[in-house]
Amino acid sequence: MSLYFTKEHEWIRIDGDTATIGISDHAQEQLGDIVFAEVPEPGKRLSKGQEAAVVESVKAASDVYAPVSGEVVEGNSKVTGDPSLVNSDPEGEGWFFKLKLDNPGELDGLMEEAAYREWLGSL
Amino acid sequence: MSREVHNGPTDETHARGTPYSGDPAGGTGAPPSLDKLPLDSWHRDRGARMVPFAGYEMPVQYEGIIAEHLWTRENAGLFDVSHMGQLLVHGRGVDSALEKLMPGDFQAALDMKPKYSLLLGEDGGIVDDLMVTRRGEDFYIVVNGATKQGDIAYMERRLPGEVFIDYMKEQALLALQGPRAADVLETILPGANELGFMQGRPFNWRGHNLWASRSGYTGEDGFEISVPAVAAADLANAITASALVKPIGLGARDSLRLEAGLPLYGHDLDDKTTPVMAGLTFAINKRRRIDGGFAGALRILAEIEKGPIERRVGLEVEGRQPVREGALVLDGEGNEVGRITSGGFSPSLQRPIAMGYVAASLAENGTALKLEQRGKLFDARVTPMPFVPHRYHRKGASA
Repeated sequence: MSLYFTKEHEWIRIDGDTATIGISDHAQEQLGDIVFAEVPEPGKRLSKGQEAAVVESVKAASDVYAPVSGEVVEGNSKVTGDPSLVNSDPEGEGWFFKLKLDNPGELDGLMEEAAYREWLGSL
Repeated sequence: MSREVHNGPTDETHARGTPYSGDPAGGTGAPPSLDKLPLDSWHRDRGARMVPFAGYEMPVQYEGIIAEHLWTRENAGLFDVSHMGQLLVHGRGVDSALEKLMPGDFQAALDMKPKYSLLLGEDGGIVDDLMVTRRGEDFYIVVNGATKQGDIAYMERRLPGEVFIDYMKEQALLALQGPRAADVLETILPGANELGFMQGRPFNWRGHNLWASRSGYTGEDGFEISVPAVAAADLANAITASALVKPIGLGARDSLRLEAGLPLYGHDLDDKTTPVMAGLTFAINKRRRIDGGFAGALRILAEIEKGPIERRVGLEVEGRQPVREGALVLDGEGNEVGRITSGGFSPSLQRPIAMGYVAASLAENGTALKLEQRGKLFDARVTPMPFVPHRYHRKGASA
């Protein structure tokens, strides 16, 4: 399994041809108390860069973009039921959706974990 | 993750085009030059996240907005509102001079009793909302942070030459709010608990002259305390030494005032809004309604008589998703009939609530409306404000 990040503060965990996507610990901390989450339905086709999910804190509303293209296989109903899960376990139980990768080559442009953490430090 | 939409107290600046900088994407545009509060390092030492607001770097949150909000409703929260402008207006005929710009009865104003009032433009629009207190021959006025320079310029232009405005730059302003605020403040400023709601008095604390009034912006019992900036950190330390008190940021200040149904200038009020539209007719004194003679009186008195074309209302939003400032209000046929001026998630009610303006014919409680935000429709219903009952300390009422 490998883990990648985007400059939009999403993480992508790859297991075979399935990608699990969420927002990073840094992102949830910046957003603050999360009160609403909306995730895509299974079967929905997403292309890279498309709006895929919504996350809202007390202070701000944000879209989560699909960092890679593919077909949604599952949205996380746990985070829609309890959005605070994104605060308490952003890079684990607080994932947003899983998709079946169209093109593993799209992963090439993403940051690995160490590079992301280093880049965060430079912000 | 991207495309942030922000609102809340930080959008007092958003109305003025300054980016909110608490977001992962970072603000855009040139960094504004920001002033520091007297308690700047006090906030940072306590883990505050600082954001630009009203020209200052201000604490938006410490441990988190919801926790801070609920703490204030249950215990006591200390807010630094030193960005607000504290003015002392004095000189010959100051009371009747102020009556030209505001609709209060300042000639008959009782000593040390703060009154909510409105600085008005000639067309009846609201230039600012403020608190005015007679202190002997002088008037102590607290105005909004983002508008204070404009207010001073406007008042100087309009007041006669023998009336002077002193901007009390050297004063910090703290607010202690919540059901335990009086217990805490009484141990520091003995006598504070004898004040009734909307009553103030001077105190001496460790050799410093303080002014405290029983007032605030949360809907809870509480106090606002004017303190010399040099003593502000000591006073904040003395207050937060109590385990009942936590420092509270601007984020919770905004969600608390929204639940209390209190309008925020620059969002729910502006120079296109009249007091009658805004549901602030109580600030137009009875004698003044008969005599007039204040800026905008013609329009405002006509609106009191005939009713305004639109009104500020509270809205309960179906579902869990917050609907925020800028969303449109639609009637059953999809016609645009108003706009949301403040909205968010209510930590106390655990649901989205909003405030906005709608056509007067749709302002009745219970009216079903639709809200449109980013292409999505929400069901909403006009609901009485406050959303969460006020718990002010009114004398004669049980404590």
